[in-house]
Amino acid sequence: MNKTAMVNEVAHTVSPGLWALAWKRLKSDHVGMVSLAIVAAFIVMMILSGLGLVAGDWSRETGVNYAPPSFIGADIEGGAPAAPVSPPAGLPAGAPASEHKSSVVDPLADVLAEIRGEKKPTDATPEAGAGDAGKSVDPLADVMADIKASAAQRAAKGAAPAEPPEARAPTLPFGGDKWGRDVLKKAIKGSQTSIFVGLAAAVVAVFLGTVFGAVAGYYGKWADDFFNWFYSVFSSIPYLLLILAVAAVLQQKGTLTIILILGLTGWTGVFRLVRGEYLKHKAREYVQAADAIGASHARRMFIHIFPNVSHVVLVQMSILVVAFIKSEVILSFLGFGVPVDVVSWGSMLNEAQNELILGKWWQLAAAGTAMALLVTAFSLFTDALRDALDPKLKGRSGA
Amino acid sequence: MTAYIIRRLWQMIPTMLGVVLLVFILFNWVGGDPAYVLAGKISNQEQIDNIRRQLGVDQPMWVQLWIFLKQVLTGDFGASWSTNEKVAHILATRLGPSLTVLVPLLFLETLFAIGLALAVAYVRGSLTDRAVMIVCTVGLSISILVYIIVFQYVFAYKLGWFPVQGWGNGFFENLLVYASLPILIGLTVSIAPSLRLYRTFFLDEINQDYVRTARAKGLSENRIMWVHVLRNASIPIITNLMSSLPALLLGSFLIERFFSIPGIGREVILAVERSDFPVIKAITVYVAFATMATNLLADLMYKAVDPRVQLK
Repeated sequence: MNKTAMVNEVAHTVSPGLWALAWKRLKSDHVGMVSLAIVAAFIVMMILSGLGLVAGDWSRETGVNYAPPSFIGADIEGGAPAAPVSPPAGLPAGAPASEHKSSVVDPLADVLAEIRGEKKPTDATPEAGAGDAGKSVDPLADVMADIKASAAQRAAKGAAPAEPPEARAPTLPFGGDKWGRDVLKKAIKGSQTSIFVGLAAAVVAVFLGTVFGAVAGYYGKWADDFFNWFYSVFSSIPYLLLILAVAAVLQQKGTLTIILILGLTGWTGVFRLVRGEYLKHKAREYVQAADAIGASHARRMFIHIFPNVSHVVLVQMSILVVAFIKSEVILSFLGFGVPVDVVSWGSMLNEAQNELILGKWWQLAAAGTAMALLVTAFSLFTDALRDALDPKLKGRSGA
Repeated sequence: MTAYIIRRLWQMIPTMLGVVLLVFILFNWVGGDPAYVLAGKISNQEQIDNIRRQLGVDQPMWVQLWIFLKQVLTGDFGASWSTNEKVAHILATRLGPSLTVLVPLLFLETLFAIGLALAVAYVRGSLTDRAVMIVCTVGLSISILVYIIVFQYVFAYKLGWFPVQGWGNGFFENLLVYASLPILIGLTVSIAPSLRLYRTFFLDEINQDYVRTARAKGLSENRIMWVHVLRNASIPIITNLMSSLPALLLGSFLIERFFSIPGIGREVILAVERSDFPVIKAITVYVAFATMATNLLADLMYKAVDPRVQLK
């Protein structure tokens, strides 16, 4: 900055740097600025929630079980706290608990009969466990098993705190989950996990991709061959398959584990681009000049060249954050992600799947909307960022 | 051409060995002694010892690697740790259902995405164009899980148009009855990104000089769009199509799990849940090989579509 001031004194017009120009371009992009504001709001929320300032009491059971959102009004028959907690025993095969939905059961009856009659030998997995064996008879058996399992787990866990019974609200602003916890607070807490995992994993992946790409592109020769081989090995295994394989081997679950899984497997895209940039830049005059003044290889790579390719890295990073948030949600949904006692959007969707059958749609709406909002904003911001940093690409919205 | 294919296949060998090595390191070195995993599944100590002997757990690492390499080459990964079914048999029987969903999905998705993208690119800048793009962007950001959960609930459970889940015996019954809702969901999820991308490919071409020339010599708009523009835009489309195959597999993992379709994806998830290492190892290695093969196929297809492409 002081350099700029100095030159200004001699009354030269100074062209602004890349970042100043990019910021100017970004500011004139209204969609980009709005999405930046939304993303920033989510990140602030994540930090506040991490510090316990917001939604710290998400696990308090403030409403009745499955408390409906206030704008709908109290549920008449589902209001009794005892009713839907452990439905599996009372739940007739394939039917929701309430009778007035019996019309729903009818169209399923034929399907049920069909499945019963025809689906015998396809499941050639004899030891597949109760879930699989039951599936051929009752399409909802595994859902019910899930409900049963989580209810049991909840019973085991819930026994410990033994909170004094408190007055429970019949409705909550945005509805309650199976145990009457506010889904809005839960969604905030869930976004803390999901966004943190996405950001941290993206940092790991970008770091690896940049270092590998820099070394491969800068040194060339056998280093390039080696990292290219490494790249083609990683990129020939479909991403989710690789993640699942790593998840299968690492038995312990945890937020750190999932960050590492995503980060260690997701660096390939960054590597390809950064390597290309380094190949281009290493022959430029300013690098030769740096060589002439005696800068070491590491200094040339990371002090001289890196700032010139950092815009590529930044765009890749924001693409990765979105991809990792999506992956985390899928992994947590499948139960390979965050541990059971940590709430994330994925685990909320997992619960919501069972709740929807009972007609309780609000947890699905809360988690789905929160995620869609963030991902839309982040993708639009990424597009705006790319346009601002690399105007040549304007209008191209990559996959 | 033949020389090119042979050279490409030859170059694949180091990558294939790398995949084998990666999977080996993951499961034999990071994963550790399988006895711990097996102890929770099989009560029979003799059986555990048998599996450990087969894997050569007590032997040095290079012997274990050789055993694994032999498994990959012969396709004999032994039996599943959970169900005792032969891994080769699992792969052979699960492939059909996966393809029954994937192939029509890929076909329809390409057809719809290209058609819609051409239409939207033709009316570029209009209200329709912008509305479609906004719908695509928002649609893209909703988790695939939400689509599956809601579609399964509404169309199968509430309206009863499709079976909630399951799989039959006959091919046509599977395709028309059980696979239709999964294909519909797959289409909903995958059209949005493809449409957005193909639109930009078409926009790149629409402003080229040859389009103006074609128009100047009086060709119909239909001919310009469907013959001239489409052919020129098809190269990046093929690249995208080929690179989206693994992503389709990802979607099919979840779809197969939700709809209890006995395909490869559901098998992977079951295997991870049960720590059934032989199944995961086999699927990972062979899917990686298949990915390499599709990459080669993509390069050969460029040549077919665009004679200017030089294969080297």
